Amino acid sequence: MTPDLECKALTRRFGEFRAVDDVSFAVPAGSFFSILGPSGCGKTTIMRMIAGFLEPTSGDILITGKSVLDVPPNKRAVNMVFQHLALFPMMNIEENIGYGLRRKGMSRAEIARKVDEVLERIGLPGINTRKVDELSGGQKQRVAIARCMVLEPDVLLLDEPLGALDLKLRERMKVELKALQAAFDTTFVYITHDQSEALVMSDQIAVMNEGAFEQVGTAQELYYRPETAFVAGFVGDTNRWTGRIERISGEALDLRTENGMLMRGASHGRALQTGDRAAIYVRPEAIRVAHGAEALEGFDNKMEGTVTSLLFNGAASRVLVRPATGGEEIEVALPQSGEFATTRKGDVLHIGWSGAQGNCFAAGAG
Amino acid sequence: MRAGTKLGFILLLTPLLLWLSLLIIIPHIDMFLVSIRERVDVRQYETSLANYLTFFQEPLYLRTFLRTAVMSVLATLITLLIAFPVSYYIAKIAKGRLQAVLFVLCLIPFYVSELVRTFGWMILLRETGVFSNLLQWAGLADRPVEMLYNDAAIMIGLVYTSMLFMVVPLVTTLESLDDAVVEAGYDLGGNGYSVLREIVIPHATPGIVSGSIVVFMLSLGNYLTPTMLGGKDSLWFTELIYSQFIVRFNWELGAAFGFLLLLLSSLIVWGMLRLTGQTLKETMG
Repeated sequence: MTPDLECKALTRRFGEFRAVDDVSFAVPAGSFFSILGPSGCGKTTIMRMIAGFLEPTSGDILITGKSVLDVPPNKRAVNMVFQHLALFPMMNIEENIGYGLRRKGMSRAEIARKVDEVLERIGLPGINTRKVDELSGGQKQRVAIARCMVLEPDVLLLDEPLGALDLKLRERMKVELKALQAAFDTTFVYITHDQSEALVMSDQIAVMNEGAFEQVGTAQELYYRPETAFVAGFVGDTNRWTGRIERISGEALDLRTENGMLMRGASHGRALQTGDRAAIYVRPEAIRVAHGAEALEGFDNKMEGTVTSLLFNGAASRVLVRPATGGEEIEVALPQSGEFATTRKGDVLHIGWSGAQGNCFAAGAG
Repeated sequence: MRAGTKLGFILLLTPLLLWLSLLIIIPHIDMFLVSIRERVDVRQYETSLANYLTFFQEPLYLRTFLRTAVMSVLATLITLLIAFPVSYYIAKIAKGRLQAVLFVLCLIPFYVSELVRTFGWMILLRETGVFSNLLQWAGLADRPVEMLYNDAAIMIGLVYTSMLFMVVPLVTTLESLDDAVVEAGYDLGGNGYSVLREIVIPHATPGIVSGSIVVFMLSLGNYLTPTMLGGKDSLWFTELIYSQFIVRFNWELGAAFGFLLLLLSSLIVWGMLRLTGQTLKETMG
């Protein structure tokens, strides 16, 4: 099956600066594809090239199998939901949604019918004659999507559309966007710097850094099996130690950190040699906490430490533990099952994690 | 505290009230009173509408009046047509330094007085002027060409004088148009024309209307440009008012003319606002 959107060796330079450097990817029809990266990594540049507002320096963009390099933005079967939505403030909702249909020369009656239909689908029937500034943030969001979807594009581009919303609404819109994508059954390409947006909604995520893709995969793959140090550090929170590898046996390896701690990690198929400088990444939620050492028998890495601060944040609460052997504080997720409810600063806790949880990468890259 | 704020309010308002009452309201009341009196004998006056009647009975007055109105509307339209692309370029296409430089270039002609600027046009347009010589040198004319003293010359002068007053409000409103909104217009299938008609112009309407009002008022009340660039056939209504007051010492008729001009401009501005569906409040901000 031809992918809805395909980019081949896409490159865009601004002077000497390579904003997008040899990026290739394909988005299968009907999937939700995210490009995740820090600001300035080139993701907006990719988006603008797909929409047609920017010419690639080299490479090709194919939509449903056909190159669109010579097609101007108003003729591409791609529509875009802008960062600040860019609803037309001079028009009411009906006119906003009907704008693209009017451009197609559709009859008034048909436009009215289609507008009503799409308003029904986004769950906002009857707002036809409302003004744009009379809608709430979430409603504007849905109208902006409806304005594109009514044109039945092959690909819908979304440029960080949730950035301007408050946290609570953003959480709700994530679920809603995913549901809308399923309802319209259209390919969504979503760019964001917010990992949780990408992780929650996407079928496939591309992590982008400095103009190139670091890794493309599902949310689980990126989270559990990051392929590069950048992905390990960018997706999810993580503890990081650098040091020198002392011993390798199969996937497992031992690393002596800079302050002398010996740590068990895993290479997960990456080429590492004894004596290499490397970094180990361990997620706070992969670390087990216990009141006594006996509960952590089966773990490769075990230590005792003092709580230096308690970062209470409901379900996402953390503690910072300073190991008794010295060294940096370790961020550990605090289970909210009740047994650590009385944990205070200064308490002694035992922590441990299995070697497989410690993703090890050659140092220097991250 | 409350008495204090009230006093402050009155003090702050005083200059404005003085300005309004001394320079606008009182003179206009007096003008109106002058305009509705008729001289029956030396220093003998009666209240009557005779002056207004004279205006409607004398075809020259009426025709000059209408001609001035039509020409001013035309000058406003031409100014708008020229200023719009210029403003769009300054506000949306030019970036950084260029933007500032272009804006200053629009402003520079206003550093010299209107009189000098109008003389500049006379130097260019007169029989022995720059354009005439240029045409002869290029072989497009075999004798000196007089381009002054006609309606076209007045129009050029009016448009030139008014340009800045159209560009400033247009640049301001166009600058406030989000680039993404224009891009969205293209992205959803619009071409240059439909984006202009459905997005740019509706957004710029307050600027277009306020610019047009100012330019129209300036053209209608302009005295210098029509007098210097226009010929005997190109009488402007302000010239009639001037001649009644200064040449013929007929203050009564002059005052009546002045009042009619005020009525005319108010009427056309009101009509313009109605036509574009704007209110004065929205336009003046």
